[in-house]
Amino acid sequence: MNKLTSRIDKERLLLGIAAPLLAVVAALVVTALVILSTGKDPFAAFSDMVTYGSASDSQVYILNKATTYYLAGVAVAIGFRMNLFNIGVDGQYRLAAFIAAVLGGALTLPGFIAIPLIILCAMGVGALWAAIAGILKVTRGVSEVIATIMLNSIATAVIGYFLQPERLGELQQGGTLVSTKPLPEGSWFFTVDAGPAGTVWGFIVVAVIVGLAYWFVLGRTRFGFDLRTVGQSESAASASGVSVKRMVATSMLISGAVAGLIGMPTLLNDSHQFDNSFPVGIGFTGIAIALLGRNHPVGIALGALLWGYLERTTNHLEMQGYDKEILGVIQGVIVLCVVIAYEVVRRYGLMRQQHRVGAELAAQAAAPAQAPAAASTENQEVAK
Amino acid sequence: MHALCGENGAGKSTLMKILYGMQKPDEGTITVDGAQVSFHNPADAIACGIGMVHQHFMLADNLTVLENVVLGAEKLYGIGAKARKKINEISDAYGLNVRPDALVEQLGVADRQRVEILKVLYRGARTLILDEPTAVLVPQEVDALFDNLRELKSEGLTVIFISHKLGEVLHVADEITVIRRGTTVGNADPKTTTTKQLAELMVGSELPSPETRESTVTDVPMLTVKGLRVAETGVTPVPKESPKDAYGHEGAQVGRLLLDDVDFTIHKGEVLGIAGVEGNGQTELIEVLMGMTTPDAGVITLDGADITKAPVRRRREGGIGYIPEDRHRHGLLLESPLWENRVLGHVTERPNSKGGLIDIKAARADTERIVREYDVRTPGIDVTAASLSGGNQQKLIVGREMSHHPKLLIAAHPTRGVDVGAQAQIWDQIREARRDGLAVLLISADLDELIGLSDTLRVMFRGRLVADADPATITPEELGSAMTGAATGHLEAPTDPEHAKDAAR
Repeated sequence: MNKLTSRIDKERLLLGIAAPLLAVVAALVVTALVILSTGKDPFAAFSDMVTYGSASDSQVYILNKATTYYLAGVAVAIGFRMNLFNIGVDGQYRLAAFIAAVLGGALTLPGFIAIPLIILCAMGVGALWAAIAGILKVTRGVSEVIATIMLNSIATAVIGYFLQPERLGELQQGGTLVSTKPLPEGSWFFTVDAGPAGTVWGFIVVAVIVGLAYWFVLGRTRFGFDLRTVGQSESAASASGVSVKRMVATSMLISGAVAGLIGMPTLLNDSHQFDNSFPVGIGFTGIAIALLGRNHPVGIALGALLWGYLERTTNHLEMQGYDKEILGVIQGVIVLCVVIAYEVVRRYGLMRQQHRVGAELAAQAAAPAQAPAAASTENQEVAK
Repeated sequence: MHALCGENGAGKSTLMKILYGMQKPDEGTITVDGAQVSFHNPADAIACGIGMVHQHFMLADNLTVLENVVLGAEKLYGIGAKARKKINEISDAYGLNVRPDALVEQLGVADRQRVEILKVLYRGARTLILDEPTAVLVPQEVDALFDNLRELKSEGLTVIFISHKLGEVLHVADEITVIRRGTTVGNADPKTTTTKQLAELMVGSELPSPETRESTVTDVPMLTVKGLRVAETGVTPVPKESPKDAYGHEGAQVGRLLLDDVDFTIHKGEVLGIAGVEGNGQTELIEVLMGMTTPDAGVITLDGADITKAPVRRRREGGIGYIPEDRHRHGLLLESPLWENRVLGHVTERPNSKGGLIDIKAARADTERIVREYDVRTPGIDVTAASLSGGNQQKLIVGREMSHHPKLLIAAHPTRGVDVGAQAQIWDQIREARRDGLAVLLISADLDELIGLSDTLRVMFRGRLVADADPATITPEELGSAMTGAATGHLEAPTDPEHAKDAAR
């Protein structure tokens, strides 16, 4: 069927790739200029990034980082598909990880029961924390942006309050670090030994499952269709029978539940306890990654890997005498460029398609004037 | 006064956009007053004395007429007494009858349109472009508008007038240009041309008529509505004795009845037409029937079942088809492919889904069937809905709704912005379904469509059904006067004032 349809699809794909590529290239150019302005050689920096980034221990590091980032990207993307801006992913995952760590430390059950319990607990806490914002939005019309930002601060305060020796925390051997009770070794998640390069966190499997589920639910189920409908047009959704309020609340819950998973790779595979050195700010990284990946499960994965790569390689640059702020510059510019490039490419694509359809129809309309019989078969072909 | 006619998608709007500097031509020239010009933006066009009155008014509701007029043109006459004087001057000169200090939100549609015209004149326009100016007016208001336009013409101004309504065009224009598929196909002299000839010129075929021939009305009620009442939405009605709560709301607006004791019954095979100037409760009526708004009082019964409290989805599954008033807002996902738009609104029904899963294959196949059977002109079902023309989008919506064999079809302006060819098709489909026992609630601003398609007519005014009429005998003029609230009760062809009063009590 239809050379035209396939052509449009191919073109859509091309346009889809064009935007992030454009953004990354623009970011590299800007970064090069910044490095140049500090009086150093940008190309030496880039080549160092390439060689260092392709080392096997770097790859393990990047994969592990990307696991966390991927979950964060998906959590944010679920909101984005709904036109919800869940900035609260940050607070959701930290609170979830903290409470899950407390639970995990207290449990003495065998791993195959304890690990699912810990993960479910984290998802539940994340969902509940997000639900507060969801309920406020649905019942009182409070912007989820404002609500989640404030909930982030509240989460910080709550963790700070409970993470003290006489409450849910305990003083570590050295006496300088307060953490939750460490998880028993039986509750650790499996890792894959990659020899001298380090170990790959087993949680990457969960991340992949989450990605698959995200793709399946959004693309293949009625629920996903409703969710996307609300994201595209609330008025059309409510006219077509989707309860917008219920959808907002539900997707906030799901987004929060996935956000609860973000801390799990670190907790179950790496730190095995929650303390003040637990990574912060990943929720915001997730926003950037979801934007970069166009809310697409594969796109988010690429974005997460890119983020891990940049972090790993710019860290190394610092040791080579470059400024460590380079990382911030590259990431910031990428996000800015991505937002601009997507909008430009989207508008261009839509316009192009309209022109194309118009031209095709004009050609079709002109045909029957000369040869009605031929045109009708052609029409049928198009219809197929 | 120059009229421009053409089917939808013929290029009228594009041409107007070019004339007003909103779009740039690839080729060709524009000559104003003998001088060749090129516009980069509307400001250039305004500087050349071209003004545009858009179909959808561009007014700020919460500002006064004066403020709206000077907005963006503060440099001309300031924003104070001088501007007011100028406005009064223009208003008097052309008989526009505009009060500079009235709030725009308090003005009716016709008044708003006059404000738009004044706005354009205030900026010194010598050439006025009016994009379908009569679409929102009742016949009496149309006459008043034409009087204004004649006034402008006699003062030496040029008016370009776009309209679908051929009768009006012939009535008012001095010259007519017909365009089709982007090119001028002919000029017509209004003195010698008939509507039929003009229509044939436009589409190259005969003018369709919305007339329903034989009656198919049965006595089985399909939809019964009793005592429906809806108060002002947006703010929860606040009891008057708590002024603290009412702070910030517009006190007078709270609790205003948008629908007031609406009663009607539609039988199987009946088309009930509701006439009325837009904004008199039609939108609210549709929203209540669809379940998007909960009525404050009243009972809705569909095919014997009380659906007053049923959610939208259940109503849709229960057999309500919906052709929305604003298809872009309520009927389509513009950036989604056609097949996803086919699923929209019927996601729980076959062939779109099985269990909780979307049946992509079946949905796509059925979309192709709709495209074929309802003659949706598209190169394929993977293009986005936004890339289709308005008429084809509408055909897709009609096809989608009809595919689920509704018991009741709510059709709001089903042929608005649809070209003549598609119009006839949509009318045919409604008529055909009606023969099979479909009940139709038709809401339209096109009085010919209403009279031609309906079996029963009701007139809606300020949220009430104030009059009813027999479509076989009523004329658009009579209907028009009832729409402005001038007549109530049962409308008869030779209006009998005694009888009308009696019926209205």
